[in-house]
Amino acid sequence: MARGTLREAGAKSVKALVLAFFVVALGFPFFWMVVATFKQNIDLYTVENNPFLFNLPPTLEHLRFLFVETRFVRWLGNTALVGVLVVAITLALAVPAAYALARLAGRWGERLGIAIFLTYLIPPTLLFIPLSRVVAVLGLQDSIFSVVLVYPTMTIPFSIWLLMGFFKSIPRELEDAAMVDGLTRFGAFVRMVVPVSVSGILTVVIFSFTLVTQEFVYALTFISPERNQMVGVGIPIYLVRGDVYYWGSLMAACLVASLPIAVVYNLFLDRFIAGFTVGSVK
Amino acid sequence: MSARSGDRWLGPAMFLPAIAYILALVGVPLVLAVLYAFSDARIGTSGIHLVGFENFRSVLESPSFRKAIRNSIVFTLSAQAIVILCSNVLAMALEKPFRGRGLVRFVILLPWVAPVSLGTIGWKWILDSIYSVITWVLVALHVYKPYAAPMWLGEPRLAMASVVLVHCWRLIPFSTVIMLAGRTAIPKEIPEAAAIDGAGFWRTLFQINLPMMTPILSVAVLFGIIFTFTDMTVVYILTAGGPFDSTQTLPSLAFATGIAGSDLAAGAAISLFLVPVLVGVAYLMLRVAHRTEVV
Amino acid sequence: MAVVETRSLTKVFKEGTLGAVNDVSLATGEGEFLVFLGPSGSGKTTLLRMIAGLETPTSGAILIGGRDVTNLSPRERRIAMVFQSYALYPHLSVYNNIAFPLKAQKVPRDQHRKKVEWAAGLLGIGALLDRKPRELSGGERQRVALARAIVREPAVFLLDEPLSNLDAKLRTSARAELEQFQKRVGTTTIYVTHDQVEAMAMGDRVVVMDKGRVRQTGTPAEVYDEPADTFVATFLGSPPMNLVSGGGTITGFRPEHFLPALALADPGSVPMRFTFSHEEYLGAERILYGTLADGAFAGSKAVSRIASTHAGRFAKDSTYDFAVEKGRLKLFDAATGIRKA
Repeated sequence: MARGTLREAGAKSVKALVLAFFVVALGFPFFWMVVATFKQNIDLYTVENNPFLFNLPPTLEHLRFLFVETRFVRWLGNTALVGVLVVAITLALAVPAAYALARLAGRWGERLGIAIFLTYLIPPTLLFIPLSRVVAVLGLQDSIFSVVLVYPTMTIPFSIWLLMGFFKSIPRELEDAAMVDGLTRFGAFVRMVVPVSVSGILTVVIFSFTLVTQEFVYALTFISPERNQMVGVGIPIYLVRGDVYYWGSLMAACLVASLPIAVVYNLFLDRFIAGFTVGSVK
Repeated sequence: MSARSGDRWLGPAMFLPAIAYILALVGVPLVLAVLYAFSDARIGTSGIHLVGFENFRSVLESPSFRKAIRNSIVFTLSAQAIVILCSNVLAMALEKPFRGRGLVRFVILLPWVAPVSLGTIGWKWILDSIYSVITWVLVALHVYKPYAAPMWLGEPRLAMASVVLVHCWRLIPFSTVIMLAGRTAIPKEIPEAAAIDGAGFWRTLFQINLPMMTPILSVAVLFGIIFTFTDMTVVYILTAGGPFDSTQTLPSLAFATGIAGSDLAAGAAISLFLVPVLVGVAYLMLRVAHRTEVV
Repeated sequence: MAVVETRSLTKVFKEGTLGAVNDVSLATGEGEFLVFLGPSGSGKTTLLRMIAGLETPTSGAILIGGRDVTNLSPRERRIAMVFQSYALYPHLSVYNNIAFPLKAQKVPRDQHRKKVEWAAGLLGIGALLDRKPRELSGGERQRVALARAIVREPAVFLLDEPLSNLDAKLRTSARAELEQFQKRVGTTTIYVTHDQVEAMAMGDRVVVMDKGRVRQTGTPAEVYDEPADTFVATFLGSPPMNLVSGGGTITGFRPEHFLPALALADPGSVPMRFTFSHEEYLGAERILYGTLADGAFAGSKAVSRIASTHAGRFAKDSTYDFAVEKGRLKLFDAATGIRKA
């Protein structure tokens, strides 16, 4: 057994090294955020101090400042509200569209689906200038409804693509049986297909919500007043006074805003993969 | 397929709202972007006065633009190369189950799931010119004298490297996850057959595993290229395009010119240069999808 | 060509549970076609994979050509394997699939073409060399897998149910071709299957396995006519051997030996009266179902298999004189199932 286990042990340690390296490289900034959140300013800004240690006792001051003296909580609320509205619009438009393209439109439904997916490749950094005009013309400049209007253009294409693949995998017999039992096609869709597709729909919800939290360009372009801003833009722009960065509170804000999203995203990760890969690779 | 008369209007009724939405808020702005590029629009003016290729001429002559195009290409390609290598290695390490794999996966995914801007700010603190933890470690190891360490975001080459680094940091989780899916899609008997045929680790990897993963690899690469090439957030937050435009990219320059500089027309013209790359990527994606459907 | 030997080979996947393979010792002959036969879960595939080097044994040893290979990787064992799914490399042409082992073993490039064409010629796929696996039929893919296996001229062939993915009709002709192929190249072959017809038709010897243990090893005639226990007796033969119990002994007789008394010439036959229930007409033969009428086994279900040339008609619930030649009765111990006589 000697040669086999030596080789195995070697492979195992290489694997462990690789994993350790990437865990540190990828996770370090977040660990660092935790440290900065609880370090006192004097400790934080003394160059000679070892940054890995708490040379002075930890403090909750940055968190207090963040929640009490900045608009952070309001930004979180704005983002949440926008998220909910965008999810609602996305579901209302994408779910029926995906069903229609998957079931009712035949071969050119497939092509239309691909065309819609390709619009996902059109980035905000191409459209943000003309859209800023459109938003101004519609009178939504500086309002959170500017992004409520625009974000679905990013969530709908991907959601349609994801749901099309999903609906196609549901056997037709389900709706056929419902229609034989007396439902209309639309009734079969609502009463049979939708309940069965809960996991696909849930994936769309999570994806849309996280996209709202991640987005930067449109929010930065359309919304100027601080109190209406999203959390992803508010933190880097408004927690800076002139040229001075309040690093402690900045890191606290990043931490508080990132972690819940990360937890939720993780729970639904496997669905995303399926969405990405099933759709493009049979 | 039952094409009942009731279905004939139901289908369009169900997908037309989505299509109308996209046409209105993507198609129309796209057309507008082209129009603006050929006009003299500024923030605050109304109406469109066409001025031919004026904007394109001045944009192409500007040194900032030439730097931005070069940076966009260099950043994107170097980030992708690093990401492909790292994500493949990481995917191999994550393939087989082990204790704590769920937690490891959670940490590894953080750069991707955290909002772009927030992760970037985290890096800005790590790369700060005075308080950088990297500086502190290097000084402690006597690689540099105190206060003599380089300014990570202040020197052009280092700033460029930092931008590429943050892009890689963000993309590796995404790419790894897709690679993992690709690897698990390979039937386990194929590497076994290769082992019996006499192939060692490297031959199996390069002649069997990677070629079989090509469709998924392509998807990961193409998405990665889009994410990096069209991103302005990392540059905006990390360096704002500086120092001296050395980290300016097409999207960040478009924003700086169009919104911050109020010159909508020039900004639109700059952002239109994204289109050739997008079209190329879209074409390649369709090719990949078509080819795998044949299989 | 080499002899494959296992010594007390055991594989336990989960500690505390029964092993997938338990204490198996066997040896092939030189150039022999040896079949591992058993139901799913019997351990036959695990045994094959251990011989291939794809699973490490928990204990025991494996020898190929007298050399202990237990700790060697697959590539060091000079074996070739054909998987149930053929495991062809989908991105390589047929030519490159067959050439791959030559490349991996660093055979000089100028010899590749000759060897590939030789292997392809042996299997009649010379015309397919430029195609990709997805363009081939099931039978063609199987032949490519065999060509890839033979091109290295290995010491041992390992085949894992290579016919199970083929249509039934194709299976019989593929079976015949495989037999002839093996006889022509003369390589020691180990063949895994759950199909007893394949095992009987192709094997020089059959290793009958159940729950990780070898029940009996012998020629097809030996395992069929002289089964070692009730498992072997009922696994081989379709319909399976009739087993009736009484007084601590199980008596067994095959349906084709349980015939109407008049059809038997031998005066030493043991009479068993048979109450007919229903029959299946299968074309060449008829299967009669019913129960035994008298004596110690009254009420036990029995099956008879007669040629269709026997024209007799049977009425439901009527009893007839049937009999079995004395030599054809097998006696098994009721507690262990092992054959007594």
